[in-house]
Amino acid sequence: MLVTTTKGEMDDSLLVKKEGSIDNDIETTTWVEYYLNDELVHRSAHVTLKTSPFTDLVAASMG
Amino acid sequence: MTATHNFGTAPTRGTSAADTFKAALYVTTATVNAATTAYSSTGEVSGTGYTAGGIAVTNATAPSSTNTSATAGVGYWTPSANLVYSTVTLTTAFDTVLIYNSTQANAAVSVHTFGAQTITAGTFTLTMPSNTTSSALLRLTTT
Repeated sequence: MLVTTTKGEMDDSLLVKKEGSIDNDIETTTWVEYYLNDELVHRSAHVTLKTSPFTDLVAASMG
Repeated sequence: MTATHNFGTAPTRGTSAADTFKAALYVTTATVNAATTAYSSTGEVSGTGYTAGGIAVTNATAPSSTNTSATAGVGYWTPSANLVYSTVTLTTAFDTVLIYNSTQANAAVSVHTFGAQTITAGTFTLTMPSNTTSSALLRLTTT
């Protein structure tokens, strides 16, 4: 699989992949990192919010 | 309700078109919170692939409400697609997204925070919750 990196598209077989996640009251987040010789060349993150927006709702009104 | 924001078609403000909404990301040191009244570039992320002002929010679904003329309820709305910042490099940690109304002088709609992130030649995705009375991104108690 080709991965977009800081050095262009690279085959993932050339890279070291690290993944992580966090799941708490606020969010469920996953991320993936690819390293080339210990250099971070790709990082993506995927956040799913859980919290109610009521407390930070700003001047919201619905027309 | 002042009808400042038209999430759907609404005659209140004399227009039949929904407004355009955008989503901007802010670094962890930025002051963006419930007191924020409008979009500002101060503290906004910058980096390859990211345009100041952020991305357009897909708004294909008008807001819904469970209230009637006799009973209170909940008005709710959720963007109809995830917020996706594709192929960006954002090396300064960020933890906030501001949704704002670019049709109405960039008036702030809502602020959402999450754990600090950086992105390197990758994609940052904010997945939208289900558009229900209990989980929609924006929920307002109506009377």
